[in-house]
Amino acid sequence: MVQIHNQKEDFGSIFIKAISYFCIACFALACLFPFVLMISSSFMNEQEIIREGYKLIPSEFSLKAYEMLINNSTALYKAYGVTIFITVVGTALGLFMMSMAGFVLNRKDFKYRNFFAFLIYFTTLFAGGLIPSYILMVKYLHLKDSLFAMILPGVVGAWSIFLMRNFMKAIPDSLYESATIDGAGDFMIYWRIFIPLAIPSLATVGLFSALGFWNEWYNGMLYIQTPDKYPLQYFLQRMINQTNVQALINQGVVIDAGELPTQSIKMATAVLATGPIILLYPFLQRYFITGLTIGAVKG
Amino acid sequence: MDVITKVKLHSGNIVQEVLKNKVLFLMLSPVILYFIIFHYLVMPGAYVAFVDYNISKGIFGSDFIGLKNFEFLIKNGDLWNITKNTFLYNFVFLALGNVIQIVFAIMLSEIAAKWFKKITQSVLLLPHFISMVIVGVFAYNLFNYNTGFINTMLTSLGLERYEFYSDPGIWVYIIVAFKIWSATGYGMIVYLATITGINHDLYEAAYMDGASRWQRIRYMTLPMLKPTFILLLLFGLGGILKGSFDLFYNLIGTNSVLYPHTDIIDTYVFRSLVGQFNFSMGAAVGFYQSLFGLLLVLTVNLIVRKIEPDSALF
Repeated sequence: MVQIHNQKEDFGSIFIKAISYFCIACFALACLFPFVLMISSSFMNEQEIIREGYKLIPSEFSLKAYEMLINNSTALYKAYGVTIFITVVGTALGLFMMSMAGFVLNRKDFKYRNFFAFLIYFTTLFAGGLIPSYILMVKYLHLKDSLFAMILPGVVGAWSIFLMRNFMKAIPDSLYESATIDGAGDFMIYWRIFIPLAIPSLATVGLFSALGFWNEWYNGMLYIQTPDKYPLQYFLQRMINQTNVQALINQGVVIDAGELPTQSIKMATAVLATGPIILLYPFLQRYFITGLTIGAVKG
Repeated sequence: MDVITKVKLHSGNIVQEVLKNKVLFLMLSPVILYFIIFHYLVMPGAYVAFVDYNISKGIFGSDFIGLKNFEFLIKNGDLWNITKNTFLYNFVFLALGNVIQIVFAIMLSEIAAKWFKKITQSVLLLPHFISMVIVGVFAYNLFNYNTGFINTMLTSLGLERYEFYSDPGIWVYIIVAFKIWSATGYGMIVYLATITGINHDLYEAAYMDGASRWQRIRYMTLPMLKPTFILLLLFGLGGILKGSFDLFYNLIGTNSVLYPHTDIIDTYVFRSLVGQFNFSMGAAVGFYQSLFGLLLVLTVNLIVRKIEPDSALF
């Protein structure tokens, strides 16, 4: 609620405020707790974990899990490479396709825009389902074990297209008209006039799209068979579920299996897989909030 | 005669339009092609639910068996169990989730300290941006039998370890808790945006008239949030058979002990594909889910149009 200045605070007011501060603070702590626990667990000594379990405050600070990961795990580097690749290619491709579509669908001189908008919209109402999609991807498009199996299904979203179209509504039509009079073609108008003006919308949609690719694991699990092509999150998931962590770590270095810090490595991998998001989050969350608020208003 | 001229004229228009705006058509075509291939070509594939799928024969070459797949699913009770689970989970997510989001949005709007507001808002939103795989790691970190944090606490208090991963009942609460944990920040901001949009003068006036803070919340803020709440609730109802596969799979995985209380439509379909290679059975469930989803959205949209014509989607 908007604050009203210079008001006399009665008891009820103070009570509501106090409760608000308390509950929000508690929930914020609950939101942070698993992250903190994960990070501190990753710095634990393996013997201590096995003896006493994961703790919030380890009695001994150990970097062993990270050392192991950084020195031995080419598999982890490959997973990072795959994730960076699908994130960059997927986001760039998606932004290009979606911004063009949004641009066209907003053009009032484009007669069939409502028809095409409905064609896109209808897919959010009815879907063929997982199994027909799987058969299409594997049997007809031959995308099994291809990196494009992780890029294509998420490259374009109906919601993002409408978000972009709505952003473009704010750009005055007279700009297009004057550009047309100056002899610019449609693509030129899009590229030279529209794109520079639409950077905030591109940033919002691009961030959400990049985040989706960064967190991608599902299509990796469905379609990817070669461990070298696992995306980061799927690599992590396999590591958590697998008791034999060593299988996922480069076999080149001889390690005593008993000394392998299995439990702390799981948490260290999780930290490294989350890392970039946590580091970028303070800078990006402004865009996230803008995107959420705009997305909340009907796409 | 009439029809023929109409069609001719119409097609003439399309050709003319394409020629006139060929660049625009070209620019739109990647996205349209994408939707045709990845969405519209998939739709007839739902036919696989009505055949006895044989990989070498393909979808349309396999033997047609009609509704046998559905019959089997109903008879063995699977369909009922996963529908019930999906429905109940989503209903709780929706009802409890929205109430908590509203309460938190109001509480956050009552807070005066800007720094506190900013920090907590960011922190509450953080779980939304984490992959569900990481959430699965959190669950493992907290609940696993040998090294989990909760069991560490229990043993240090001199209590018995608890075997979370073999007790289906407790996962109902854990799943709901994680869902609320990850969704509250997001929903809260949607409601907060509505509250921020309320005219400040109204609150001033209410204050002048002697309304207490509680009265202003009760008689002003809450009613103003009602349309957003109803809209989100109704559209949530439209998707009530769509599961949060990400969440369930990463928390439960392939631990079949927990299925009675944690199996939802999406995890079932996934298993029929990956574990059992039972394409037709999985497709039957998927088709049932999609069809019901469509019918629900249409019904809900009809209701929205009655209550709030401006908010209806079509």
